[in-house]
Amino acid sequence: MIAVSAHDIRKQYRLGELKQGDTMLREAIVGMLRGRGRGRQLEILHALAGVDFEIHQGEVVGLIGRNGAGKSTLLKVLSRITYPTSGHFTTNGRLSAMLEVGTGFHEELTGRENIFMNGSIMGMKKAEIAAKIDQIVDFAGVQRFIDTPIKRYSSGMRLRLGFAVAAHLDPDILLVDEVLAVGDAEFQKKCLDSMDELRGGGRTVIFVSHNMAAVENLCRRVIWIDKGRVHMDGPAEEVVRAYMGTFASAQAGGADLAAIGSRAGSGQARLTGAEFLDRQGQTLNFIRSGDALTVRVRTVLHETIPDLHVGVEIRNEMGLLLSISNNWMTGPSLVRVPAGDHAFDLDIEALHLMPGRYYLTLWLKGPDSRNYDLLENCLVMDVETSDWYGTGRGIDPHFGLIFMPARWRTGALSGGDA
Amino acid sequence: MRRNGLQEFWAYRELLFFMVWRDLKVRYKQTLLGVAWAVIQPLVSTLIFFLFFGKMAKMPSDGVPYPVFAYLGMAVWTYFSGAVSYASNSLVNNSQLLTKVWFPRLIIPTAGVLSLLPDFLIASVVGVALMFIYGLTPAWTFLLWPLLVPVMVVLALGASLILATLNVRYRDVKYAIPFLLQMWMFLTPIIYPVSIVPEKWRALLLLNPMGGVVDAFRATALGNRPLEWGTLAAALGLGLLVLLIGLRYFTRAEREFADVI
Repeated sequence: MIAVSAHDIRKQYRLGELKQGDTMLREAIVGMLRGRGRGRQLEILHALAGVDFEIHQGEVVGLIGRNGAGKSTLLKVLSRITYPTSGHFTTNGRLSAMLEVGTGFHEELTGRENIFMNGSIMGMKKAEIAAKIDQIVDFAGVQRFIDTPIKRYSSGMRLRLGFAVAAHLDPDILLVDEVLAVGDAEFQKKCLDSMDELRGGGRTVIFVSHNMAAVENLCRRVIWIDKGRVHMDGPAEEVVRAYMGTFASAQAGGADLAAIGSRAGSGQARLTGAEFLDRQGQTLNFIRSGDALTVRVRTVLHETIPDLHVGVEIRNEMGLLLSISNNWMTGPSLVRVPAGDHAFDLDIEALHLMPGRYYLTLWLKGPDSRNYDLLENCLVMDVETSDWYGTGRGIDPHFGLIFMPARWRTGALSGGDA
Repeated sequence: MRRNGLQEFWAYRELLFFMVWRDLKVRYKQTLLGVAWAVIQPLVSTLIFFLFFGKMAKMPSDGVPYPVFAYLGMAVWTYFSGAVSYASNSLVNNSQLLTKVWFPRLIIPTAGVLSLLPDFLIASVVGVALMFIYGLTPAWTFLLWPLLVPVMVVLALGASLILATLNVRYRDVKYAIPFLLQMWMFLTPIIYPVSIVPEKWRALLLLNPMGGVVDAFRATALGNRPLEWGTLAAALGLGLLVLLIGLRYFTRAEREFADVI
């Protein structure tokens, strides 16, 4: 049986409308009086440019693609939050969408009250919530605080509470947007396990994620959305591999970025390349935890840029943002940078990363968050273990999320010496 | 098969209940004065009107002590203006919900309008107390009071649906609402009786359905003059018309709420 089928779904936004708070009744009335013909010419953005697919009951499908490719718009269309400009879709059975954890939570309400509020917003019946509340509280692990207003909760507790409600929704079709990218590792695993359970229950799941490991683990089929269309649809492993292949390949020394075609940003400045160098300016063939490292960002400016911000973001393999470094925050300011080729070096004193694979996102921005260029996960950085402690034991990625260059010192308060 | 709007609204009636309950709970928790606020607002404005219009301007009040006269009107108006201004901003205030989850959008402004009813109940009880203080006994027609409430709610909901939709589409509407409500209040016989309006202009008052509603509330409580069924029927008719227009405008626009909010 077909659970979800989409036929030529298109969604267009007029770009002027996207900006919040720029439409005034005053302007609309004036516009009406002057006649509509002379209205502003608005640029049309094709968020979805004709999406077709069929998903069978019980399938767990991953939806992948770069930011802005249309994945989230597609989920919003399927969950009826927004309407397609044209095309239609059918769904068979009760559908729940988890685009956010804890939608409708209110600070002043207690955990228990928020469970009822959130569950009911997600389409659960009161009796259903009442029957499941013990399980939900248990899953979230907030028994002691269940009658405390959630303004006293930590962000982790809120997240767990929200996910616990969602995990007990029991829909026929579940749409999940990137909600697992937050939370501690243990809870992430619990969520993935509960998603896994869903798969066993004959439920249809559409799962949007940047976490390729989770996608491969949970889904047998993956749909890759690019520029508002289905770019590839097939077995998970195949599609994920093809998708990752479009990011920079794991070159040791850096990457040529000039050839990347699909870019965000206005384009007055472009990223052309990036290299990993050591302190002497030599290309690094491998990078180790604790190493000193220079990331050289090569750019070309097509005009004089009044105030340039260069940024490097580091994410781990789960897509978790570990660090952002940009010259707006750290200085120096780059003012009136003339047109031409420029390279900017980011000196990292010691790389506080565990061994593993990391993805670097590079961007060039201006003030007012103007985007000149943005390349997400364009650079792969494989970090090897090192004998930084000199004990021969190396640095073990199981010992946490970051590498902290710390040493034990003894004898600070040893007795005897009064 | 897709259900139609009303069926979906009905299917989500429990959410309506939770939304009303949340609004109430949060409002009473967050304000220092809590429930007392429901009474202070009409009482204080009554006091001010009493000093300026009753004492100084010697405003007639249909033979009823002016404070009682003004308070009964203010109790009704406090509900109406509170409900309309709250519900008109409800979509914008819940934009987080609109962009993250689907449910019948109509729930939000409806809950806003309903959540102020308990305040009105409290204000009504205080109104009865005030009557006793001034040596008046509520007439038997006071039992009709609950029948007038739906008329008032229909009007508030109709106006709110139109204003809430405009508020999502146009950002300056938010600033126009308080002004609009203030104008509306002075066009409604709250601090003055209908009898001071010249005969030839009275027909125009019928165009303001709130006038008929306020007048009916007062007539049923005081029993000093017969309830004008014709005026009330006109108010209900106009109220239903506004509600229908509001529903139509709202349901046509709701598809784009998540895109423009």
